[in-house]
Amino acid sequence: MNGIYKGLAFVVLFAFLLVAVGDMHPFGKPPSEMDDYFIRNGQEETASNNIVTAVVFDYRGFDTLGEATVLFTAVTGVFMLFAERK
Amino acid sequence: MDQMSKIVRTIACVLIVPGIIFGLYVIMHGHLTPGGGFQGGAIMATISVLFIIAYGEKIREALDRDILSLAEGLALLAFISLAFLGLSTTFFRNFLANEGFIFGKAIGFGINPGYLNTGGVIPLMNLAVGLEVFSALSLVVLIMYLGSKNEVLKDVE
Repeated sequence: MNGIYKGLAFVVLFAFLLVAVGDMHPFGKPPSEMDDYFIRNGQEETASNNIVTAVVFDYRGFDTLGEATVLFTAVTGVFMLFAERK
Repeated sequence: MDQMSKIVRTIACVLIVPGIIFGLYVIMHGHLTPGGGFQGGAIMATISVLFIIAYGEKIREALDRDILSLAEGLALLAFISLAFLGLSTTFFRNFLANEGFIFGKAIGFGINPGYLNTGGVIPLMNLAVGLEVFSALSLVVLIMYLGSKNEVLKDVE
């Protein structure tokens, strides 16, 4: 019985994988023009050679703010967990 | 375990120089080479973790958790303030890039030698995030170390 479930799960996941592979866009042709825009204009607009940093701190700065907040919240949780008992 | 042997402590004192310098290099060149605030802050936090391991209980004299906590809060505040300073256009507007002021050298499309004086607010944000990540990761390990020394009360055991 256990083997039937495992085989069923394998077949279902493999079917999903095949569907995903069939839907892939052709190699070298990204689905949107956004990455081309970053590569062509990012260096002039942000004056930064590193396009990854330009995206992380300029175009998608709000995302970095969320990451920093997550770190801050984690430290707050550790403080609360290890607080000295009076 | 109070502290580790003299060899480990000496090597830790030697490694603080290249460790901190490499971390500051990764932070400060975040807009030119791979790396940035998160990565450089993690490198610098490795050094404080090494010191916590090597020195044990004596780390209380060197690393003050109130100062680290203050630095973390101030760095996050500086990051948000830099984002708000560009609010005349939009939130997170790069208002220093290509202006000729500090970090304002304009570059064009294509290959260049990599000038440090470019990037606008990106290097400043990298510095703020680097300080924040360094303080946060050091604090997590330091608080866990100090908390493991606490005595567990009988009624919560």
